[in-house]
Amino acid sequence: MNMIKATLLSAVIAFTAPAAFAAGASEHEIENIDFSFDGPFGSYDVNQLQRGLQVYTEVCSACHGLKYVALRTLGDEGGPMLPEEQVIEYSKQWEVFDAELDDYREATPVDHFPESGLANAPDLSLMAKKRAAFHGPYGLGINQLLKGFGGAEYIAALLHGYTGEEKTQAGVTLYENKYMAGGWIAMAPPLYEEAVEYADGHSNSVEAMAEDVAAFLMWTAEPKMADRKQAGFAGVLFLTLMSVLLYLTNKRLWASVKKKD
Amino acid sequence: MSGIPHDHYEPKSNGEKWIHSRLPIVGLMYDTLMIPTPKNLNWMWIWGIVLTFCLALQIVTGIVLAMHYNPSVDGAFASIEHIMRNVNGGYMLRYMHMNGASLFFVAVYAHIFRGLYYGSYKAPREITWIIGMIIYLLMMATAFMGYVLPWGQMSFWGATVITGLFGAVPFIGDALQTFLLGGPAVDNATLNRFFSLHYLLPFVTAGLVILHIWAFHTTGNNNPTGVPVRTTSKDEAEKDTLPFWPYFVIKDLFALAVILVVFFAVVGFMPNYLGHPDNYIEANALATPAHIVPEWYFLPFYAILRAFTAEVWVVQIATFVTGGIIDAKFFGVLAMFGSIAVMAAVPWLDTSRVRSGRYRPMFKWWFAILVVDFFVLMWVGAMPAEEPYATISLIATTYWFAYFLVILPLLGVIEKPMTPPETIEEDFNAHYAPKVGGTTTIVNPAE
Repeated sequence: MNMIKATLLSAVIAFTAPAAFAAGASEHEIENIDFSFDGPFGSYDVNQLQRGLQVYTEVCSACHGLKYVALRTLGDEGGPMLPEEQVIEYSKQWEVFDAELDDYREATPVDHFPESGLANAPDLSLMAKKRAAFHGPYGLGINQLLKGFGGAEYIAALLHGYTGEEKTQAGVTLYENKYMAGGWIAMAPPLYEEAVEYADGHSNSVEAMAEDVAAFLMWTAEPKMADRKQAGFAGVLFLTLMSVLLYLTNKRLWASVKKKD
Repeated sequence: MSGIPHDHYEPKSNGEKWIHSRLPIVGLMYDTLMIPTPKNLNWMWIWGIVLTFCLALQIVTGIVLAMHYNPSVDGAFASIEHIMRNVNGGYMLRYMHMNGASLFFVAVYAHIFRGLYYGSYKAPREITWIIGMIIYLLMMATAFMGYVLPWGQMSFWGATVITGLFGAVPFIGDALQTFLLGGPAVDNATLNRFFSLHYLLPFVTAGLVILHIWAFHTTGNNNPTGVPVRTTSKDEAEKDTLPFWPYFVIKDLFALAVILVVFFAVVGFMPNYLGHPDNYIEANALATPAHIVPEWYFLPFYAILRAFTAEVWVVQIATFVTGGIIDAKFFGVLAMFGSIAVMAAVPWLDTSRVRSGRYRPMFKWWFAILVVDFFVLMWVGAMPAEEPYATISLIATTYWFAYFLVILPLLGVIEKPMTPPETIEEDFNAHYAPKVGGTTTIVNPAE
């Protein structure tokens, strides 16, 4: 029996120990932000996604792209949920390359966001999944279940992590950032106070905008999160019920063999 | 099947007789499902069903994923995103397949350590054990190649590091590595052959699973006492066993359902928990990740691979004796494969007459240390190759080999085992004392 306990314990350790070993270590620990999408019950805040889309459109998109994200998905349930006309209208501001025309044309909802315009600006579609902010007890712990692995937190932290220091290296201006691996980043501080004007009157401090765009980029990285959590719940509930029924069946089945009262 | 006396299938209707005289497939299925199973099996005997389920899950989800996947260096990464975003239910298929691999390995490690503790590898079950070890090797090969397919950074660099191991083989290493990769480096040819083999090997595994089941159905299951089922008469055999259906099928399904609750919670609420974030960056041959870390289930063996550096005296001796043919890198490769080889050879390394660890007072402790050792290796495998991890991994590796090559052979000689119960019935009744005057109604499976 001890054997079983030891093995079960081992299995639990096996599942909890070797979690995401985060890339891009920095000396500064990134604080958890209580995003609305954290935890099994969390979902995206539609207003926040729309604000984040605005920040992306007005600021980030100058250099960065979202090549895996189809414009039509802006209208999807569980996303920014723009009305259909707005999606069509929004799409028109982008130019995409059409292989058939062999030329650029106005984008329609079936097209994707354009790719990064700047060669060394990474595509942002998956940024919130390719960075994990939480190290040590955060990254190892089962509390990923409640707090995520910190991709959105990393983005938010990076956007307001500038110290103001600059240096020029091989003709490139680098900016010191507390949260960038190595401490220096080629991206100039993209946000300043009141950089965008929100229609809903929400705070447009650097921190608030950084959080909004981080939430939006979490959505671009994981657009099916709501459906996934729902499927997870269906699975967990159904299988819990199955477990109870099978437990009772098993107990009844073995009762006559075990002859135990 | 099985040397245990029991009722065999008798075709009843004319239709059944017609089929049975031409192809006795119904009888084969009946005898497989009705195999007399020791009635004292504990909860560590549920992993076989979990493993069978995992294989089926991986094949089913994998086949559908393959319909949408594009095995080319230009299209692979984008096709995964296509699956995640556009394919109906694609995000669930992929996350189940990803985490299904982890569940598969959790189950296989539990299954292997169960066998190591209860002496399931001992005569007459050596062939079952060996086939099991081959299945485990195939699982690792399949999982490794599957991890390359999304063509992320860890895919690419993991493939580069692991195929590089074959390059360490003296004389033929370079040719071997080129053959495996289909070129001088990990590229389109590598991705294509890995995809092809990733699709093929699960079916080879399925075939071996049938042999694995056939083998232990011939010898009968082991059980926590290690005492064989009495086969002198059908009456005695029936006191030791119960038919697999329904008793163990229902029990195993209950365990499977409980395990799947956890599985679905992981898939639904933290699907990237066991993955590496770098694999969401498309493969780039020009940018090496800061730490190249294999998936968690490879970590113990990765630690053994890295444990032997040129500073270790065993390596220095080997290098000196072989005139430099066995260098540190090749020594590490030999150690990694050797660590699995000694496990496969355990039926002939364990000299104890007593099968089950339950009746081996000294063995129990050494086994417990082996389990801890396994997790220590897993931990150091994830750590950077620097002190103190290098020393820890060397000690842990030494224990791994010592357990199989020194401790097990010696224990059989010096240990004084306890006396196992005479029969399985005795063990069972010791747990579940029969009620005085109790009726012995056994559920008739035919009903």
